[in-house]
Amino acid sequence: MGRFILRRLLISIPILLGVTIVTFTFANLAPGDPISALMKPGTDLRPEAIEQLRLQLGLDRPFHERYLAWLTQLLQGNLGVETVGRGSIGAALARRIPNTVLLMGTALSVSIVLGVLLGIISAFRQHTRTDAVLTTAVFAGISLPPYLLAMLAIYAFAVLPFQLFGIHLFPANGIKDPASTLPPWLDTLWHLLLPAAVLAFAGTATFLRYTRASVLEAMRLDFVTTARSKGLRERTVRYGHILRNALLPVVTVIGLSLPALVVGALFVETLFSWPGVGSYMIEATRERDYPVIMAVALLTSITIIAANLLTDITYAFVDPRIRHS
Amino acid sequence: MTSSTGPVPGVSVPPASGSAAAPDLDAEPIWQPMADEGAASALSPRRLAWRRFRRNRLAVAALGLLIVFAALAILAPLVAPYDPIKPDVKAIGKPPSLAHPFGTDESGRDVLSRLLHGARVSLSVGFVAVTIYITIGTLLGALAGYRRGMVDGVIGRSIDLVQSFPSLIIILAIVPLLGRSIFNIMLVIGLLGWPPVARLVRGEFLSLREREHTLAARGIGARDRRIIGKHILPNVAGPLIVLASFGMAEAIILEAGLSVLGLGIQPPAPSWGVDLSAAIDIGILTRKPWLWIFPGAAIALSVLAINFVGDGLRDALDPRSSGGRR
Repeated sequence: MGRFILRRLLISIPILLGVTIVTFTFANLAPGDPISALMKPGTDLRPEAIEQLRLQLGLDRPFHERYLAWLTQLLQGNLGVETVGRGSIGAALARRIPNTVLLMGTALSVSIVLGVLLGIISAFRQHTRTDAVLTTAVFAGISLPPYLLAMLAIYAFAVLPFQLFGIHLFPANGIKDPASTLPPWLDTLWHLLLPAAVLAFAGTATFLRYTRASVLEAMRLDFVTTARSKGLRERTVRYGHILRNALLPVVTVIGLSLPALVVGALFVETLFSWPGVGSYMIEATRERDYPVIMAVALLTSITIIAANLLTDITYAFVDPRIRHS
Repeated sequence: MTSSTGPVPGVSVPPASGSAAAPDLDAEPIWQPMADEGAASALSPRRLAWRRFRRNRLAVAALGLLIVFAALAILAPLVAPYDPIKPDVKAIGKPPSLAHPFGTDESGRDVLSRLLHGARVSLSVGFVAVTIYITIGTLLGALAGYRRGMVDGVIGRSIDLVQSFPSLIIILAIVPLLGRSIFNIMLVIGLLGWPPVARLVRGEFLSLREREHTLAARGIGARDRRIIGKHILPNVAGPLIVLASFGMAEAIILEAGLSVLGLGIQPPAPSWGVDLSAAIDIGILTRKPWLWIFPGAAIALSVLAINFVGDGLRDALDPRSSGGRR
């Protein structure tokens, strides 16, 4: 087991390096250089001043030197400075990550619990009305784009109740209302419900779909037939034989969805003005703030690699066949 | 994914004596599953798959809807009642009426005409982007699975590398670099989408190259080209078609999403995403719902239809995965 983890850790290192090289290259392909990004229209910089800024930012040095300098900074935990807002990217992320974790954590936990449970029910009742209803809902969940769902949710639960009855059922944007009379945690919860519900709907559909497919596949395996023909009780067959095997692949799907916890939801966060990592990324893209784009891309890649690692290890832990092969 | 293959060619069960191996093979005895199976054994795998597909009414209806959408997109300049880009000051922000069935937008442009022209963007982004990545993925996957060894190692690591990139974020970062045109969006989605395809094709090739029918072909001296083209690729086609159809749905969602955030196709070009982006304005979201509900419905309907077709194709092309469908 220890050797397995070690080997997987070692494989991640070259991938991680590759990610930093590609990210850095892309950021340097940006039209113009960071200087022109710094210059707002209307600012008049003399050529000498621009040259000085170039030297100051180290732009006169060759590509590989700049990469190494950037990597050294990165390893020391310095993510750089926003081109537009001039703030520390590290500090901005530190502020935003908790918001994203709150939103995505809520949505993901609801999706996993609901999706897996309903997926099991759907599979065990294949060819019944319950299954048909759930399968249709899954189709809606995976086909309706999250931004459209978000708009519909805002319209139906925030706008319409106010237009028709004059009540603020749910807020349509932000994470808190400074004028609110509610205790802060309740106010946040109130703001959280709508975006989290939108995300949870799509998430539940995904988990339901995988779980259902996995359970159906396990139900057709030979040892299940054997267990039944031995005369085992249906309960034993279902929980002891089918589910134990069917839920293994679900572990992978859960593991692979973990990066979203940190990265957030680009569309939903933006539409609900949720101050998380996703909306930060969209703002940065709009303003072509490349240091921020790089930092978020890197953060995302690292979480993806870490989540893959964690998934593999968990899988090896729960499935002895993996670690012995 | 397990090594699921399409219909296995060459496996033909001789029709049981007295079964309905009728000469009129095109008559569809849907109501008679047993006779159908008996007759089906004499049909080509493609015919068989089409028969199974036709049994799924929802998928057939969805395919019909898609054909209508595609036809409207192609004929958009002919069928659209108004110019999709030219503003009309006399008809600004009008709700749906007889003259403008889906209303007009803030510049007085007819929403229906914009939707018809926008269909060209959405559907072609889906189609072109997926064609690009299916081609790349199939080539690389085939190379890795057939050659194995070093080649496989290099391609395998590249798959890992590309997959550890958050593709959405890379798309967001690159598209503005290249310019926010429809071609660049197609290209970037196409260049980033290939790893799952390569992975699937590689797995299929690894298992199929050791199958008896491939070994037999090699035994009688068939060249690599023939083995790949005749004995391996046809078996990969089924899963590939399914992957491509779901990929199209994803690409359409993605393109529209980029445009919604103002990061994709730029207005006033007609695109479902561009039209939907009007809803970001709370005034339009609340007071002019026709501006965003129709483009939203267009996106949702086409994606839903593509997913239904994809599901039907999966059941039709890979009977084993259909979960006990008759």
